[in-house]
Amino acid sequence: MAAPLTLLLLVAVTVRAALYRSSLADLISERVEVVSPLTAWKRVVEGLALLDLGVSPYSGDVFHETPLIIYLFHFLVDYAEITFMLADVITAVALYLSVKDYNKQVFRKQKYALEADRYPLDCLELIRSPKEMQYIPLKVAMFYLLNPFTILSCVAKSTCGLNNAVIALFVLSTIKGNSRTHSSPAEGNSIYPLTLCAAALLYLLQRQYIPVNLRRFSFWWFVAQYAFMYLGSLFVIVGLSFFLLGSWDFLPSVYGFILSVPDLTPNIGLFWYFFAEMFEHFRLFFLCVFQINVFFYTVPLSIKLKEHPVFLIFMQLAVISIFKSYPTVGDIALYMAFLPVWSHLHRFLRNIFLVSCVLLACSALFPVLWHLWIYAGSANSNFYYAITLLFNVAQILLVSDYFYAFLRREHHLSHGLYLKRKDGSEATLVLK
Amino acid sequence: VCVRVCVRVCVCACVCVCACVCVCVCVCVCVCSSVPQPKDDFQEELVIRPLHSGDIYASFQFRTLWETDFMRGNKVSHYRLFPKSLGQVISKFSVRELHISFTQGYWRTMQWGQPFLPSPPGAELWVWFQDSVTDVDGTWKELTNVLSGIFCASLNFIDSTNTVQPSASFKPLGIGNVTDHRFLRYATLPREIVCTENLTPWKKLLPCGSKAGLAVLLKSEKLFHSSFHSQAVHIRPVCQDWQCKTTSWELRQTLNVVFDLHTPGQGKLEWSLFKMFSRTLTEACPLASSSKIYIDITDDPQGEQFEVSPATHLLSQAMVLGDRRTFSVYDLTQQITFGTVRSLNLLIRWKSRDMLRPLLHAERYVAGYGLQTGEIHTLMYNNHPYRSFPVLLLDSVPWYLRLYIHTLTVTSKGKDNKPSYIHYQPSKDRVRPHLLEMLVQLPPNSVTEVTVQFERALLKWTEYTPDPNHGFYVGSSVISSLVPSIVAMDTNSTREQPLFSSFFPCKEESSYFMRVYTEPLLVNLPTPDFSMPYNVICLTCTVVAVGYGSLYNLLTRSFQIEEPSPGLAKRIANIIRKMRGVPPL
Repeated sequence: MAAPLTLLLLVAVTVRAALYRSSLADLISERVEVVSPLTAWKRVVEGLALLDLGVSPYSGDVFHETPLIIYLFHFLVDYAEITFMLADVITAVALYLSVKDYNKQVFRKQKYALEADRYPLDCLELIRSPKEMQYIPLKVAMFYLLNPFTILSCVAKSTCGLNNAVIALFVLSTIKGNSRTHSSPAEGNSIYPLTLCAAALLYLLQRQYIPVNLRRFSFWWFVAQYAFMYLGSLFVIVGLSFFLLGSWDFLPSVYGFILSVPDLTPNIGLFWYFFAEMFEHFRLFFLCVFQINVFFYTVPLSIKLKEHPVFLIFMQLAVISIFKSYPTVGDIALYMAFLPVWSHLHRFLRNIFLVSCVLLACSALFPVLWHLWIYAGSANSNFYYAITLLFNVAQILLVSDYFYAFLRREHHLSHGLYLKRKDGSEATLVLK
Repeated sequence: VCVRVCVRVCVCACVCVCACVCVCVCVCVCVCSSVPQPKDDFQEELVIRPLHSGDIYASFQFRTLWETDFMRGNKVSHYRLFPKSLGQVISKFSVRELHISFTQGYWRTMQWGQPFLPSPPGAELWVWFQDSVTDVDGTWKELTNVLSGIFCASLNFIDSTNTVQPSASFKPLGIGNVTDHRFLRYATLPREIVCTENLTPWKKLLPCGSKAGLAVLLKSEKLFHSSFHSQAVHIRPVCQDWQCKTTSWELRQTLNVVFDLHTPGQGKLEWSLFKMFSRTLTEACPLASSSKIYIDITDDPQGEQFEVSPATHLLSQAMVLGDRRTFSVYDLTQQITFGTVRSLNLLIRWKSRDMLRPLLHAERYVAGYGLQTGEIHTLMYNNHPYRSFPVLLLDSVPWYLRLYIHTLTVTSKGKDNKPSYIHYQPSKDRVRPHLLEMLVQLPPNSVTEVTVQFERALLKWTEYTPDPNHGFYVGSSVISSLVPSIVAMDTNSTREQPLFSSFFPCKEESSYFMRVYTEPLLVNLPTPDFSMPYNVICLTCTVVAVGYGSLYNLLTRSFQIEEPSPGLAKRIANIIRKMRGVPPL
């Protein structure tokens, strides 16, 4: 498996290097779909320039990265392109290794279930074979590296690539079960990956064969250990940032900025136009509603998907990418990389054609309508906003479609594939 | 008998009352005259300079000097020449220096040369407070509100988003050795419009009002029908003598106006007081110790280019803006100035024209296209043939144009020119603007270009003005410098000098202080659709509800086999059967 992966990495690096050398690099790094006020490379350079002038980068409102990024690029600013390509490579390799390990566990669980005769006879065609699962890790790495969204994000030198690398390493350490290298993914300039800790906790519980039973002591003991370790790593990272900078200025500039959304630069998300047109009286209320909206799917999803924590990770990543305050296409590329892992669900997907057409059309229309609004002056902000809405609806439909397909397959695995009604005719399955 | 007694009693009472009143009056007069009043002095002057483009520049200055102390806590109550409203402002807000100007139009340095008193378009206010002030920001806010009431201007729009504390550009112009910049505040409102409502309270501050002296010429219908109009008030403490044993407060009210040759519609190159102001002068202000008109005849000492009538033999020379200039003087306190007709109408008639080049000149413009990014270019021209001199550039850019200081470039003659001092304070959204101060050395006979890129922000819909497509104003850049002068300057500031040459203090002999203001900028920002708040809220909440709804369905419902519902006819039949008590179909 190493040879195709190496070939894929070479192709990906070549494509990115070619684009860096072309004139498109400057054009792409200004696109609002690819960079946001949180992740723009221009702002990182501005922060470094402010540091050179002797002014704290957090005294103004232009720099919103953590101090770890400043100090990383203080030494690496000349090798920035290599750093971002390396981050993409690390993400792809981490996803490759974690999916490979996950597939092995899925196949092992399936084997035990088959031996215990837990599957009804007619759903044998739903069983997965190692042959079809062989190329899935490579497909995952390919989906990530050759996704146009990822390439755009890398060429624009958006720090979203670094965030994705950290999240991928978190997923890898979770799936390997190595809780010693388990670190908090909230180190990147985003607080939303905090919700992934529930999924990681469930996976580790499953791996240790501790049942999720609220009355058992072993469950709570493990939860306490995990929480201690997670919070400890979080405090270590925040404390390290404090010692590097010498003050707590970065907390309102980074996390306060993500939560309070003062900057209304257009992006592909739902927040900017909503808060540009919000009545002042209700601003705080709707801000709280929208921020809670990102976090509160954690508990219901964890309860429903407690047997399938990796799918829970996928769902959480998707919910964060859609509903976060400053999304970019780099966030979308990360959860789309997981889609080959659920390729066996294709027979239960209902809207996939519509969703993919809408996503392609919206991706093509974003730059067109931006140009018409900002440069040609013949359209106005409503056009761009409409495409934003459509894009997010398409993403929501994609995610809920995969969720439906997954739940349906699980239902068939326990109740049989060809269901019959009481009178023996073919039945249809609905959600009630 | 009773009547006679009553009359006698009444007469005695009246005599007593009169005596008491006389005694009281005498006592009062004695008391008042025994307390010495602080000396005050009022001077007025008008300088008329014909410009080479055919336009004419008139500069009024009214100065009141008062030997009093607002600061020692003693309540000053007897105001004579100094206006009471300003005196109360000084003592209540512990102001050490106050400079406020209202300008309509932009000073065209290339056509008109340098003004005596530069000012940026719109309103500009800068104030040095005393050290005794503890809460400078709170005092600043109250002061701007009080001044907006005094001058009928909307200075209450000055708040923290357009106030800065320059660290080097605005040193005190009066006496004082405090250099702590925490006590300095500078703000401009480039959008402020000047009109008759601002001129009237300004005229009311003069001792003679607009009834006598030079102020009778200030008629608003002619003053605002001009290319450039600027009125200002400057208050500062000055020394009375060389050793500075006594200090007095100086109030200068200045009004600069440039009349356009082509506006009245006549082609004739001649100007008169009546043509400029629609009035002539009949007397000086009785309260003024000196009232003079100066006409600049330096460019035409022999009378070849233009002639002035009525002729006068009084000549005066003064150092102004690094140049020794000659003036014809008309003294309004002498009765012979008004001649037999008892009114003075000065007439200046041209014979030929010429052009001039100022030493320091600046321009500024916005480059780029679209509503996403842009670039501010500031060009500074040094037209001195062989001397280079440093200039301090102050730029205050509002927060919604996000400057990227790593894109700042300074080039002179095509090569990089690194500034020796940069003070940059980045902006905070909705709190304070960007402040950029740089010390740049301008090489001789060159153009220095300063460029910086910015990004335009999308604001909340309530933060736009009612005319959002007009654009947003960016205040003028201020360029302060010590320009080398051709002749030696006079550093003795207390010598008897005309007012127009004694405004900026002169510390060195080889250079004089000059301040140049660039154009304000008008920048468009991207706007949301203002008619759509309800629609946007509904549509976005619908999308969030679609997400919530689909996930809710999948999380709370489970798969079940669907039993088909019977057709309508069968259902009605079943209902009737149930009523009959018969088993359904």
